Amino acid sequence: MSKKVGAPEALIVDGKRLDGRSPNEFRPINIEIGTLKRANGSAEFRFGNTYALAGVMGPRPFHPKALQDPQRSIVRVNYAMAPFSTKERSKPGKSRRSTEISKVINEALANVIFAEDYPRTGIDLFLVILQADASTRCAALNAASLALADAGVPIRDLVVSCSVGKVDGTLILDVAGLEDNFGDVDMAVATIANQDKIVLLQMDGIITKEEFMTLIDMAKKGCGQIYDMMKAKLYEKYVATPAEEGA
Amino acid sequence: MVTLKPSESYVRKLVEEKVRIDGRNFDQFREIKIETGVIENAEGSARVRIGNTMVIAGIKADVHEPYPDTPNEGFIVVDCEMVPFASPEYEPGPPSPESVELARVVDRGIRESGSINTEKLCLIPGELVWGIHIDLHVLDNDGNLIDAAALAAIAALLTAKLPLYDPDTKKAVYGKHGEKLPMKDRPVEVTIGKIGTTLMIDTNAEEEAALDARITIATNEDGNICAIQKGGNGYFTTNELEAAVDLAIAKGAELRAMLPSL
Repeated sequence: MSKKVGAPEALIVDGKRLDGRSPNEFRPINIEIGTLKRANGSAEFRFGNTYALAGVMGPRPFHPKALQDPQRSIVRVNYAMAPFSTKERSKPGKSRRSTEISKVINEALANVIFAEDYPRTGIDLFLVILQADASTRCAALNAASLALADAGVPIRDLVVSCSVGKVDGTLILDVAGLEDNFGDVDMAVATIANQDKIVLLQMDGIITKEEFMTLIDMAKKGCGQIYDMMKAKLYEKYVATPAEEGA
Repeated sequence: MVTLKPSESYVRKLVEEKVRIDGRNFDQFREIKIETGVIENAEGSARVRIGNTMVIAGIKADVHEPYPDTPNEGFIVVDCEMVPFASPEYEPGPPSPESVELARVVDRGIRESGSINTEKLCLIPGELVWGIHIDLHVLDNDGNLIDAAALAAIAALLTAKLPLYDPDTKKAVYGKHGEKLPMKDRPVEVTIGKIGTTLMIDTNAEEEAALDARITIATNEDGNICAIQKGGNGYFTTNELEAAVDLAIAKGAELRAMLPSL
């Protein structure tokens, strides 16, 4: 394929990526829990400049009443990019992209939410990308998991997500910046905690089966790292430190 | 408590006994029929039947301004309409998330495989290019819509001919067919469904009602992967993914053999 306008000469120089990372390295990850006051639960998740904010409303009575499910809570996910989140302004409102991402995030979370504990209610997850620098659906999903936990919605475990990809023939973790626009492959993966259960998987670009299996392995390890960080943050907020517990 | 509809629990019970509700093998497609050139007014078209499922793809080309990041390339747009008579569950109105997802997954298979040489769709560099609209109409839904739609799209593209371009008016002249579309690859998509721990291809509507998860894998002429989309509420393990990729490569080759040549 021809080089797109603005493509850099190389995305990997001397084994380092444009932002100085090695192939198997995350950008700095920042997690904040409970940053919103009116939402029932909230969280922020950042991969470098990618900045996602999640708020959970509910479980609350579902309206219209006629559409209530007598057996379970209806979970709705709304992923949206703030107009100022990208270099060129993003048009607000629903797009086909946001519709699809909302759907796959909802399906990933369906694996862990005990929706059957809250019949006739709705759980609304609002996921806002405040700043976009690739891997936004992964950041949004991580924020969503933490917001659900913050809201006290019973979940089996945290769903965790990260991206992997291929640029200049090299397999990489946590796709960012120009790698997203000009790389060969971009793949978003989510797992339940650090288990071998893949609940979200989307890939664009051409790769061999062997490369795909390697990427899955990298993504699972990455998800495991994020899981540990997210769990530590939740402990920090809600559970006394081991020293205070006298453990 | 989650309650199952009768057919749903029956399908699951059968799968546990390693039987499919219509008696097929788990790696077996229903009968597939591909007809091309079914709509005369379209630049290209195909009707694909997989069992009772029927999808029509129609290609229309029009003269457009290029996108700023690809000033010297034409582009494709995929849209999907699930016509309300295709399933009792469909209703008229704006596209459902399912319909949006289907269009986008078909789009990615075609786009990421580089199947269309979009540079050859440039009319005036930086000014005018061909925009190729691929419209998918789901007419009958008995399951496995994505594979059927992707197959219809590529079959229609392979047989499509551009309208003539009039350099004086800078418009397309319809009704007169010019060159074939510059096709480079024939991507196909195979969707693997999972019920319990069993993987199967070409799920029908009854099986889809009982599905735990599905994964669509697009492969190209070289047998490499060019797009993936996991769907449904369940999960896949790494071993299941590997088995799914193997199925998609093997079955994708079978589908490709049914297509017009490049």
